[in-house]
Amino acid sequence: MPIDGSDNAILVVNDIVVRFETAEGPITAVDDVSFTVRPGEFLSVIGPSGCGKSTLFNVIGGLLDQHQGAVRVGGETVDGPHKSIGMVFQEESTFPWRNVTDNVAFPLELIGMPREKRIERARHFIKLVGLEGFENRYPGELSGGMRQRVSLARTLASEPKILLMDEPFAALDEQTRLLLGDKVLQIQQELQQTTLLITHNITEAVQMSDRILVMTYRPGKVKRIVEIDLPRPRTSEIVTSAAFGRYVAEIWNDLRVEASRGMRDEEQHALHPRGAGA
Amino acid sequence: MTDAAARIPAGARFDFWPRLFGLVTICAALLVAEFVIRGGLINRFIVPPPSEVIQALYRVVVQEHVFRRFLATAAECLIAGSMLTLVGVATGVAMHRYKLLQQACETWVASIAAAPLVIMYPLFLVVFGRNALTIIMMGFIAGLPPAILKTIEGLAATRKVLVNVGKSFKLTGPQQFWKILFPAALPTIFVGVRLGLIFALINVVGTEFLISYGGLGALIADLAERYDLAGTYAAICFVILVSVLCFVLLEKIERWLRPVD
Repeated sequence: MPIDGSDNAILVVNDIVVRFETAEGPITAVDDVSFTVRPGEFLSVIGPSGCGKSTLFNVIGGLLDQHQGAVRVGGETVDGPHKSIGMVFQEESTFPWRNVTDNVAFPLELIGMPREKRIERARHFIKLVGLEGFENRYPGELSGGMRQRVSLARTLASEPKILLMDEPFAALDEQTRLLLGDKVLQIQQELQQTTLLITHNITEAVQMSDRILVMTYRPGKVKRIVEIDLPRPRTSEIVTSAAFGRYVAEIWNDLRVEASRGMRDEEQHALHPRGAGA
Repeated sequence: MTDAAARIPAGARFDFWPRLFGLVTICAALLVAEFVIRGGLINRFIVPPPSEVIQALYRVVVQEHVFRRFLATAAECLIAGSMLTLVGVATGVAMHRYKLLQQACETWVASIAAAPLVIMYPLFLVVFGRNALTIIMMGFIAGLPPAILKTIEGLAATRKVLVNVGKSFKLTGPQQFWKILFPAALPTIFVGVRLGLIFALINVVGTEFLISYGGLGALIADLAERYDLAGTYAAICFVILVSVLCFVLLEKIERWLRPVD
């Protein structure tokens, strides 16, 4: 499914194929995945565990170069990490030896911004993620949700054109996840930030996205792209609306088959460790 | 809770009883030793009673120039410690960077860490002569393996996601090392340096004792040769005290370096 990128897309993902060699033979993790992201758009990629979402995240972020196809940002082919793409990782990724301000100021330090100026900029982004008053705290003194907000602020401080997030709230409880979703929405709307979210959480995807790309279980292909026609600005209150419920049901309908396939595959794998995945 | 108790920080209240218990245990052990020795169960010409050792402590400090000798030992330890920190960390970094080097040498380094290197002092005497350099080199070699091994361990244990954060910000190789790998590994590296310094101190004093040269170890050897047993034990107590202080200080620095988990 090649995409020519002739529209005004800021990110073009074209015919991505990723294969891994395993003890059980080669596995195609991502197969012929193509899509585009428009400036200011919030696009979520959703799929069951093992569908290659994180592999796709690594390809788009430039952390995985063993793939076919191309990723282009503003017409420029991504070959390694790209300055226009800011990444927020699933695992806790703050630097424990730096306080909140120094964590957030990290990308500004790299570009040689004077200390006073970068602290001022860092404070702006700390305020944006709602962590005012915690500037001098160390990550070890913060909760999981607060640490993820520090990571988000650090990525935003580098002012990326595209914010790429890999299940950033996966380790958090549902209530914190909804509230952080609100924060991300507010920031995205305020900065008109182009955002690509990798997730397996349907509620999270529908709450935040303009479009949702549903992936199949292994090999990960694009099953379909769902337009989310919910009003903006949005908050987590949207989860109580009937339209929200319909979207969740619709996407779950698509995902159920894939998730069941994944579960069966895992069971087979557990029963027959060699050869099940081949 | 009384007002006085409320004013004491929770951590301090928690520390008080174990510390008091430790002190009482030491005093009790000394009292038992005193009675056992005075009662004739242990020959007082082999082990003097603790009260005599305590009395001799003042004499050793004043007459035997213990502080000058302490400074000599401290200087040797400081030089050995600086050398093992620099060489140990640099070697650990190189071994982490070049896997072939690590695979070839790590087992040897671990073996050296377990070997009683102090018995090699005659070789060092031949190579460096009967001087401070022999003592420093003995301390340096003995303290080197933990510094190397812990540096490798600290660098290898750096979480992959932190390295990926560095990559996502397009860090260069040296930036990746100085801004992510090294600070992430620093607490573990310091554990290695602390162990190295303790090994160095043990070997420095041990070599001083064996070759009767230098600071506190040589003082113990002098006093033993004069059959001043109370003085010998007093000097040993002084060395133990110095070791404890050194250990406490290093532990405090380590705690300061280790971020809140």
